[in-house]
Amino acid sequence: MANVFTNIGDWVTERAPNMMPAYRKHMTEYYAPKNFNLWYYFGSLALLVLVNQIVTGIFLTMNYNPSAAGAFDSVQYIMRDVEWGWLIRYMHSTGASLFFVVVFLHMFRGMMYGSYKKPRELVWLLGMLIFLVLMAEAFMGYVLPWGNMSFWGAKVIVSLFGTIPVIGGQLVEWIMGDFLPADATLNRFFALHVIALPIVLLLLVVLHIAALHEVGSNNPDGVEIKKGPKGNRWDALKPADGIPFHPYYTVKDLVGVGFFLLIAAFIIFFAPTFGGWFLEHDNSIMANNLVTPAEIKPVWYFTPFYAIVRMIPSFAGTAVWGVLAMFGAIAVLFLLPWFDRGKVKSIRHRGTGYKVALGLFVLSFFGLGAVGAGITAEVIPEWFGDVDLTTYENAFGRLMTLIYFGFFAFLWAYTHFGWEKTKPVPERVTTHD
Amino acid sequence: MTKRQLLMKRYIFPVALAFGLIVGSASAQAAEEGGLLPAGTNVQDQASLQRGAKLFFNYCVGCHSLKYMRYSRIASDLGLSEQEVMQNLNFTGARFEDPVVSHMPADLATKWFGKAPPDLSLEVSAKTADWVYTYLNTFYLDPHSPVGWNNTTLPNAAMPFPLWELQGMQTAEMKPAKPGEDPAVEKLVLSQPGKLTPAQYQQATRDLTSFLEYASEPVALERHHYGIWVLLFLAFFTLLAAMLKKEYWKDVH
Repeated sequence: MANVFTNIGDWVTERAPNMMPAYRKHMTEYYAPKNFNLWYYFGSLALLVLVNQIVTGIFLTMNYNPSAAGAFDSVQYIMRDVEWGWLIRYMHSTGASLFFVVVFLHMFRGMMYGSYKKPRELVWLLGMLIFLVLMAEAFMGYVLPWGNMSFWGAKVIVSLFGTIPVIGGQLVEWIMGDFLPADATLNRFFALHVIALPIVLLLLVVLHIAALHEVGSNNPDGVEIKKGPKGNRWDALKPADGIPFHPYYTVKDLVGVGFFLLIAAFIIFFAPTFGGWFLEHDNSIMANNLVTPAEIKPVWYFTPFYAIVRMIPSFAGTAVWGVLAMFGAIAVLFLLPWFDRGKVKSIRHRGTGYKVALGLFVLSFFGLGAVGAGITAEVIPEWFGDVDLTTYENAFGRLMTLIYFGFFAFLWAYTHFGWEKTKPVPERVTTHD
Repeated sequence: MTKRQLLMKRYIFPVALAFGLIVGSASAQAAEEGGLLPAGTNVQDQASLQRGAKLFFNYCVGCHSLKYMRYSRIASDLGLSEQEVMQNLNFTGARFEDPVVSHMPADLATKWFGKAPPDLSLEVSAKTADWVYTYLNTFYLDPHSPVGWNNTTLPNAAMPFPLWELQGMQTAEMKPAKPGEDPAVEKLVLSQPGKLTPAQYQQATRDLTSFLEYASEPVALERHHYGIWVLLFLAFFTLLAAMLKKEYWKDVH
């Protein structure tokens, strides 16, 4: 038997001599720092969820009907009449939300340990592109079940482009292919959701990993293992603090996969709507352009960005500023490697100012999420009684917006003018669990 | 502090806290929904579902459809035979495999009530079980309404109250009206008892809500059963993975 495999291996190598070296470069001879901690699970988990979305998505398309007349019914057909259709759909809908959980944590890891800093700026930029495409992918996917929140969410989000002066109105019509979200909209969103964007996403993921493997992984100490001493058990010329990605991190990531799937399975089988956060109540009503839901709000993962749109007032006769601020909130993340001039990477060795700022940044992200999800609209009357909700909510939401953007401004000043007092960075990586 | 405690402090606690916050706010949201009565439904209680189905087919299906629900599916899920369903629940002459569609013509319904009675297949998904249960308990006599009934949960609904012979008739005690505003309902009083006691009526509407909850998501009856086995398998898988990891990593220092 072993002989057969060797023969097949030789046969392939004879015809494609670079295939095995490529495998070794990315797996068995990719030396990753040995001190990865819990935060380093989320990259491989994002990949796992991507595969889940693609596989379950393929099965959903087999029974989904992309038309305004048939889409809603076909989702119920999948839920009730298709064998295991409910499981496929819940895996896809839960996967969508968990994708964002995992990606947010993955991005936060990058911020915490300075993984976006030189020489990994390209890795960060490609990752941010993935995030941008993922948001478009999720938005279009959310429209497909053609529930009432799909419809009104699509209408509100597409209308954001209508705030652009001069061309706005026609742009909105061009995007939707109609005056309202309709058959034409649903058809093109379906095409983009199942073909165009997934292809772009996959390409970007390949580039993201390829770019990472060129420079090597960062780690919780922010130490460049390539600059440290050479020579490990496998290779005399490779970093002493590196271990082969396969099998060490493949088996370790398997543990992460196990814990992650436990959480995912719990949601899928016991709380698939997650209290109306993953699958919203209003989406159990078919799209209806005559009945507006009591409160139009995006799914939870868009709420921080949606809150920024709402918090920026319109002036000079246009509401485009809120939309610009929302895109700006993502643009500043792209530019993070250039805002941060700090000399050390990891939060472990950075100044107190940085730690406080990052904490506030996270707080502002949650705060904006609470505004966007309508939590503040419920909590404010409860805590403060009969007050003007808009005034209180705007005050809170604008403060959070200020902190969000303030983080980047502070970070630039803090590092540019040399105010940061850093701790000494160790020569070698320190702990591993 | 040991390394394990440090790990706990540094990572596991914040992650658990974040997860707790999300779940907490989700349930806080659920409790928030403005004065709804707790439905207390249990879709695993088959007897309750059967009683609810009986109520639905006696009082509701005249106007409301369950277009995503087949008679055959109801039979197999609720432990009823084809004969029982066809004789006791199917009054429209539909085939066993057909979906539950009301015989009321939509155009006439619109003429009678101002709007066609909605399909109830997804009512609990759309409104929550508490809402449906509360709605069924808050009808009251209102001489100003065209159908003679009104409802505090959905004011000025076009729906008459078909369960009145069970609950009896409630009337509203109004709050003193502020100038320029319509008077608001203070509370509902049972002015004329029905066939059931208040407790029996609450149980009956709980059964009916349970049945509609089941109709919203039939797979809710079984997904828990699969879920337990999947979780057990994954726990075993994770344990094996952890042991494998430990074995591989014992030479990394």
